[in-house]
Amino acid sequence: MRKALYTLTIHEALDGMSAGDFTAVDLTRSLLDRIAQVEPYVKAYLTLTAELALAQAEAADARRAAGEDAPLLGIPLAVKDVLCTQGVRTTCGSRILENFVPPYTATAVQRLADAGMVLLGKTNTDEFAMGSSTENSGYFTTRNPWNLERVPGGSSGGSGAAVAAQEALAALGTDTGGSVRLPAAYCGVVGLKPSYGRVSRYGLVAYGSSLDQVGVLAKDVRDAALILTVMAGHDPHDSTSMPTPVPDYQTALTGDVRGLRVGLPDEYFIEGVQPEVKAAVHRAIDVLAKMGAEIVRISLPNTDKALPVYYLVATAEASANLARFDGVRYGYSAGADSILENYRESRGRGFGAEVKRRIMLGAYALSAGYYDAYYLKAQQVRTLIKQDFERAFTQVDVIACPVAPTTAFRIGEKADDPLAMYLSDVFTITLNLAGMCGISVPCGFDNAGLPIGLQIMGPHLGEEIVLRVAHAYEQATTWRTHRAEPVALEA
Amino acid sequence: MHLTIDEVRHVAELARLQLSEAELTLYAGQLSAILEYAARLQQVDTSHVPPTPYVLPLTNVMAADTPTPSLPNEAALQNAPDQADGFFRVRAVFEESYA
Repeated sequence: MRKALYTLTIHEALDGMSAGDFTAVDLTRSLLDRIAQVEPYVKAYLTLTAELALAQAEAADARRAAGEDAPLLGIPLAVKDVLCTQGVRTTCGSRILENFVPPYTATAVQRLADAGMVLLGKTNTDEFAMGSSTENSGYFTTRNPWNLERVPGGSSGGSGAAVAAQEALAALGTDTGGSVRLPAAYCGVVGLKPSYGRVSRYGLVAYGSSLDQVGVLAKDVRDAALILTVMAGHDPHDSTSMPTPVPDYQTALTGDVRGLRVGLPDEYFIEGVQPEVKAAVHRAIDVLAKMGAEIVRISLPNTDKALPVYYLVATAEASANLARFDGVRYGYSAGADSILENYRESRGRGFGAEVKRRIMLGAYALSAGYYDAYYLKAQQVRTLIKQDFERAFTQVDVIACPVAPTTAFRIGEKADDPLAMYLSDVFTITLNLAGMCGISVPCGFDNAGLPIGLQIMGPHLGEEIVLRVAHAYEQATTWRTHRAEPVALEA
Repeated sequence: MHLTIDEVRHVAELARLQLSEAELTLYAGQLSAILEYAARLQQVDTSHVPPTPYVLPLTNVMAADTPTPSLPNEAALQNAPDQADGFFRVRAVFEESYA
């Protein structure tokens, strides 16, 4: 019996369709059946677009039959629900946007659509991408496909769980402080956060504008490279998108790491990191060393300040960005008697607890008398964190470290303690503050059978080297062959 | 760092958020804990460090000064809670006596 189509990677599916072994409609049906089977347990999707997906798959088959080709022709994917999709509801995981149907499509999504994508649906997220578990979603909590009592990580937890449970061949996520890499690590899939400016943010509902970046959750590094190649590049709608030419990132996947210098930052192997995580990351580094990479101890001395810097900078930007939800132009409106009361009531009722907490923190950090002490100070320390990385990348080509201090935690475990929740991002937020790129690649399991992620960090626009190292490691090990089976867990 | 309920109420007012008394109390405690954690930044000497509001080397990005189609009026209004004659409709901002 041949492998079920939903289990394929993107590149395997493209090969199969090119060879005429199956059609995009066959592939899409297989994924829709898989979704019907596991979605009641995993709950990865906020909105399913099954009809649209089948219509797009038929169109893709017609194009292929007519001799056309495109990089993602007939490939069923999922998109995090913070990226606008024209005609398809986009909630940002928030009740304030429960009925919002965007009049335009985000550039990153449009480029995938132009390349032939089949859209399966929109995935769950912490409200406005603020969270590390999807527990802050205004709708429901997504389950980790490896253990349904655990969180999938966040904020792109729906995308991570959808890929891990094989409910999509890959999915778009967004990463402001680790929101692609953390769910990738917790769900045992690949998660790529490109450099700031590499992918257009047009149509990505803004959280922290100087930190946000669109990323990919995929079954393997080759698929992540393929999707980045399609969606990266300058966009006239986003003046912060870099005009630097986009290479074919798949050509970077040589399997060769000989002579590359891999830095191990002391500050990421500290006390408090789960021993199995530390051990798995060290074993992964040994694999790279055996393949010919040179391992170098380095220091990123300002790492311990990154978390407070992030929670001042990101929340300040959020408090400004989320001012647009005013009950006038779109979203929930309370219908109060005065315009001021309508702002207060619409926002007070429409936003969830974490979003209000972050808006408040940001508004405080920006307010008269506190601006210099908090916001300006955070921006200055951000410079020191960025300089740490700039210095490190004169000594090494990439940096290797854990994605998170622990594996996936239990649902509810940190729900009442925001600070404890924020600490799960302690090893990922540094890259966002520095604007650099990174990837999470599976590197083992803990004693409870939960996946562990290896983080490879690279300099600004260093996607090729990051992908090359991640791919070489991935191909030298067998972690990518392990797949979650949520239905068996339930039964 | 300890925020009083009145300070929290003031910030909520700045942020245009209606909060219940229970929320004000909850946030006073939680924001105080977060700000206390953030206080470690005060020990860092930044007297000669410029701020980084933005990481890219791009400045003054120019676009060609050519008109292109923008979102049609109906599309811009399609999610409006209230609209009239092609505009967003809101409650009057000024008192009657000013009219």
